[in-house]
Amino acid sequence: MTRFLTWVLGRLPIGWLQLTHNKGRFAAALAGVAFANVLVFVQLGMMGALTGSTLQPYELFDADILISASDAKSLTEGGNVARVHMLQALTVPEVASAAPVYIAKVDWRVQKDQIAGLQLVGLPIEAIDFMAPVLRPQFLQLALPDTALVDRKTRGGTEEFFNSLSPETPAVFEMNNRQIKLIGTLQIGAGFSADGNLVMSDQSVLRLSPSRSSGAPDHILLKVKEGTSIERAVELLKQVLPTDTLKIRSFAKAAADEQAYQTSEKPVGIIFGFGTIIGVLVGIVIVYQVLSTDVADHLKEYATFKAMGFSEGFFLSIIFEEAMVLAVLGFFPGVFAAMGIYKMLALKSGLPVGLTLARALIVFLGTLAACALSGTIATRRLAHADPADLF
Amino acid sequence: MTYTPHAPISVSGLNHWFGEGEARKQAIFDVNFEIEKGSLTVLMGPSGSGKTTLLTLMGCLRDVQKGQLALLGHELHSADETMKIMLRRRLGFIFQAHNLHESLTATQNVLMGLQVHQNGVKATVDGAQQEKAARHMLSILGLEDRSDYLPAHLSGGQKQRVAIARALVSSPDIIFADEPTAALDKDTGLTVVKLLKELGEKRGITTVMVTHDNRILQLADRILTMDEGHLIEEAVPA
Repeated sequence: MTRFLTWVLGRLPIGWLQLTHNKGRFAAALAGVAFANVLVFVQLGMMGALTGSTLQPYELFDADILISASDAKSLTEGGNVARVHMLQALTVPEVASAAPVYIAKVDWRVQKDQIAGLQLVGLPIEAIDFMAPVLRPQFLQLALPDTALVDRKTRGGTEEFFNSLSPETPAVFEMNNRQIKLIGTLQIGAGFSADGNLVMSDQSVLRLSPSRSSGAPDHILLKVKEGTSIERAVELLKQVLPTDTLKIRSFAKAAADEQAYQTSEKPVGIIFGFGTIIGVLVGIVIVYQVLSTDVADHLKEYATFKAMGFSEGFFLSIIFEEAMVLAVLGFFPGVFAAMGIYKMLALKSGLPVGLTLARALIVFLGTLAACALSGTIATRRLAHADPADLF
Repeated sequence: MTYTPHAPISVSGLNHWFGEGEARKQAIFDVNFEIEKGSLTVLMGPSGSGKTTLLTLMGCLRDVQKGQLALLGHELHSADETMKIMLRRRLGFIFQAHNLHESLTATQNVLMGLQVHQNGVKATVDGAQQEKAARHMLSILGLEDRSDYLPAHLSGGQKQRVAIARALVSSPDIIFADEPTAALDKDTGLTVVKLLKELGEKRGITTVMVTHDNRILQLADRILTMDEGHLIEEAVPA
């Protein structure tokens, strides 16, 4: 390593030699950087799980435009939309088809002593084109009343149970005083507000929720005619529909808006965001402590080098060399520990927690930047290295 | 005394103070002398006589306040920081406490004396050549079998010899040594100074040494004695 760094730096790797001279302190410094990395990774992992689980329900559908109530900030929050607006939307020549979506919450006794809160999604069977292509074959089976497809990633469910479900061998459960047959599965995933998902036809949803009216779905899905610009269709819809009571957005924008809402406005997103910042600050403080202590411990050596004629740039390069060594070598134990924690979190919570290459790269670059910043602050102590004091 | 800026060291009317306001105290009073190329000059005097202050002024480690001090033909009073750094690269320092870098081996410590001339850029001289030169210098000082040892595993005399090797390896024009034998026993101290004088003569290096050690005086070409900031005596040993 010393020879390699000598080749890279074109000089003796003083920073590396200084750090590794005291092995115990070096190990503690690396553990500190790794710990800060783990903190950041866990917070970003939870943030990623939040955005991932926010987008999962959108993957159920295949739509171009979403019409929601003006106060709707997510698929599950906000008022209803009068069905008549769907008919108004269909008067716009650019709109090809439309479908109402009904969303509710139901409890399901997934095991004897465990109840799962499910997000129930209902769509007319004839609106099969609005389901994601991969789900269409199963969706057709829901034409039978009081049948449902259950999310096989529902918290508390077992692989064995979900594998046993089929139209021929359904599992029958009581939900809201109705007998519901689970005839198959789909794979969406649990989120922060629901333990899983249940998909039914709109009629089954309305039967399960008698207080609901078919004239007031939660959202309206639209598809535009082939070759038509979605943005153009949205503009035209805004001329036809009341924009004071409705939110008319492309489906992609609706998903992005909800993602932004969940991460920057909902408490859980804000908490994870702060957690990330605190992780970064902890990392900066740890590296600063290591570097400034190192500078203080070697002031005599630095003063000697100053007397010999080494310039300021040389000393800065030593501090940055140390910062980079800590950043690089502290990152790898951090990322391996984070992978283990992600695996455990995903297993225990059912949330989509996983390490992406992009996230690993961002944290690595962030670690380099944080260590460089710490190094910059630590170099101020170099001013105390006065060669005249050596005599 | 004539002020000759082209001598290795030329001092004329030099005064220096420490502190500010009422606490301001004069440490050097109107000092004048010249040091010839290749000589070994010993600076003597009791503690607080100003000899270390004079050494740091000559070594570009303090700013000249009043008077003239020319080092290697450059007037220090008007020299900027860059010039002082360039001048320091032509000097060698040997400290009482050797000040070796604890995490560098003897060879690596000596190498630093060569790498300072790279000025932060990649070595123009092959790294292997530099290492060879560093090891050669250590072998001249009798440390070939200790060249890969860390300072913690060297005796006081060996550490001081490594410090001398570091100061000599780049063939400086002047060496400033501050009590280089203080931490050494009688025989080792004398051997170290003899080595320093011998190498200095061979390479034409001017040496200025602060010492209280009377045994060393016999090796000096010239003795300057300081007292309370004044240069009170200039002598040439018999």
